[in-house]
Amino acid sequence: MTSGFKLSRRSLLQGSAALGAASLASGLPFSPAHAKDVAIGFIYVGPRDDFGYNQAHAQGAAALKKLGGFKVLEEENVPETVAVEKTMESMINLDGAALVFPTSFGYYNPHMIKLAKKYEKVRFLHCGGLWSDKDPANAGSYFGYIDEAQYLSGIVAGYTSKTGKLGFIAAKPIPQVLRNINAFTLGAKLANPNVTTQVIFTGDWSMPVKEAEATNGLINQGVDVVTCHVDSPKVIAETAEKRGIMVCGYHVDQSKLAPKGYLTGAEWNWEALYPKLAKSVQGGEKLPNLVRGGLKEGVVKTSAYGALVQDKARKHADDIKAKLTAGSYVIFKGPIKDNKGNTVIGAGTERGQTDIELEKMNYLVEGVLGALA
Amino acid sequence: MEASPVKLDNGTARWQDILRSGAEAVAVPLLAVLGALVVFGIFVSLAGVNPFETYNLMYAGAFGSWFSWQNTLTRAAPLILTALCCALPAQLGMVVIGGEGALVIGGLAAAAISQTLPDAAPLVVQLAMAMAAMAAGAAWIALAGGLRHWRGVNETIASLLLVYIAIAVFNHLVEGLLRDPASLNKPSTPHIGDANMLSTIPGTDIHWGLAYGIIACVLAYILIYRTTFGFGMRVAGGNVKAARMVGLPVGKLVLVACGLAGAAAGLAGMVEVAAVHGKANASLIVGYGYTGILVAFLARHNPLAIIPVAILLGGIGASGGLLQRRLGLPDATVLVLQGLIFIAILTSEVLYGRLPWLKKVKA
Repeated sequence: MTSGFKLSRRSLLQGSAALGAASLASGLPFSPAHAKDVAIGFIYVGPRDDFGYNQAHAQGAAALKKLGGFKVLEEENVPETVAVEKTMESMINLDGAALVFPTSFGYYNPHMIKLAKKYEKVRFLHCGGLWSDKDPANAGSYFGYIDEAQYLSGIVAGYTSKTGKLGFIAAKPIPQVLRNINAFTLGAKLANPNVTTQVIFTGDWSMPVKEAEATNGLINQGVDVVTCHVDSPKVIAETAEKRGIMVCGYHVDQSKLAPKGYLTGAEWNWEALYPKLAKSVQGGEKLPNLVRGGLKEGVVKTSAYGALVQDKARKHADDIKAKLTAGSYVIFKGPIKDNKGNTVIGAGTERGQTDIELEKMNYLVEGVLGALA
Repeated sequence: MEASPVKLDNGTARWQDILRSGAEAVAVPLLAVLGALVVFGIFVSLAGVNPFETYNLMYAGAFGSWFSWQNTLTRAAPLILTALCCALPAQLGMVVIGGEGALVIGGLAAAAISQTLPDAAPLVVQLAMAMAAMAAGAAWIALAGGLRHWRGVNETIASLLLVYIAIAVFNHLVEGLLRDPASLNKPSTPHIGDANMLSTIPGTDIHWGLAYGIIACVLAYILIYRTTFGFGMRVAGGNVKAARMVGLPVGKLVLVACGLAGAAAGLAGMVEVAAVHGKANASLIVGYGYTGILVAFLARHNPLAIIPVAILLGGIGASGGLLQRRLGLPDATVLVLQGLIFIAILTSEVLYGRLPWLKKVKA
């Protein structure tokens, strides 16, 4: 009983502290109660255990929790509407967040920009790489060149596929996604020049039923390795395993879902980036406005190889990985043709990791079966 | 309870009856919500969380401060309009659940028409956007009404399926013809222009959509309970055959009710575009239309009751974040509470006329 009484009194105090802070509200991001630990908010667009995009971010948040010295605030399933503005504001006003990570692409404009202008002392870091110098200085953006990891997945898939038919299930034909499809296919062609990648667009980021249908449809056409770019690869990995084909993961490690057929995967490495960024806020340093990187910068990584990956594939992929990590390898190197026969990158042209042209990608390379809309 | 008619010993029987039914209309849903909260308390205790701490936090997150109130009201704004989309045809006994489709099409129409008026004054653009959105939404739901009236197609199924068609049309145009080429990784229509954005209600950060919703609810109430048209709607809702016998134009009633319903949801889409996003993109499709159905049923399709119910659901949504952050409860927690309230309100229908101190006094 006594402990029960203590608990309720404490919660009452907490509640009134929060109320007090909220009613004072407007500009002050800190309430004295939280002055010790820096409060950091993470906002996810889907469930944090989705075996995909959101889980990758939640793993980054978990790494921060383990570190200690931070109060980690998390909210999942927050839509890209006023809801996310209110969530950020609530984290700032009621929990004293000093740094907020709105992790979904659509949170940026107008939502995060609006809040960054309103709360100048709070730092905002968005996943998507959109920041430009017209945006507020307390806002920032980060993203990873995950096509490098997809390229390595492609090499492994190209060696391992027996039918020479690969499948790619993608949400929307937007530049980010096309870059992954193309990198995967170019990688696979290093291993087997005759390989094809059949692509299916599901139309949206989270369409589990369509994704399962697409996986089954691809398998029925003779595809024996699938990969994807959707928010949660869970259904795809499980369906592939059940039907006895192989799968390359995306976002996080899905080897648990497909213990037999999992080859490798392209993963985010937010566990490395988030503690780095959080520590610099803790130390009062100025945060960079734009953070981008690939394998070299440790922003992305690959899953461990599965049992089915032969030595030849491992060796080739490891070799390219070493070059990419050293920064001495270019994936999009001309001549590259699209799948309609037009030259999209001319002979002698190298489009490196940071080339801005790659961010406007609107084609599928030769070897990809499928069309944009 | 404070409005118990017993205290008014000198009132006439008519006034007593109005008070009695008014008190009943407040007491029954309140009891239902209380019941749902008790069951919800048991649910969170099973999850290992102190229910009183949960209630406390929910109150703080939804209504505990001016910030929380604004949070709640902002979330309630679109729900008021989409709830009308369900409540208006319900007067005719129709169950229309396709408000989401009208919202999406309305938002698209608003974004599209703003592009044809590059040099017009902001007020003109806003009016044009509102008219276009309401017309598009009206046409969309009237389509379901027309299918019902002329072809006997079930309006519930038709309006639901029209949502999928609306979303497909929306995506097709936003990712194709109407796409802003600069919107690379999130296909959107071009921005409507900062000058054309709806402002916030002075002294708050709540957009004008809330006021539109409240005005629409009052108008709908007057239409339903104070006009012959509304009387006709309710007669047809009670008994279509009787309505036809007395010569009521049932087809017109169906089409106009569905049209007005769709216009309300379409306006919600316009507000999302003009007050929140500034453009039409996939962020419009977040289920406001479906939550509106819940609001309408909880309000028993009474337009005035929609306002407090939408605020209640907005508050539940606003407090969800605190429950996740402070108590580590999953996001689905507030959905459980919503579901419990829905079931409790539907079951509480049997209490009408049965509450001991609110029984009808025999004349």
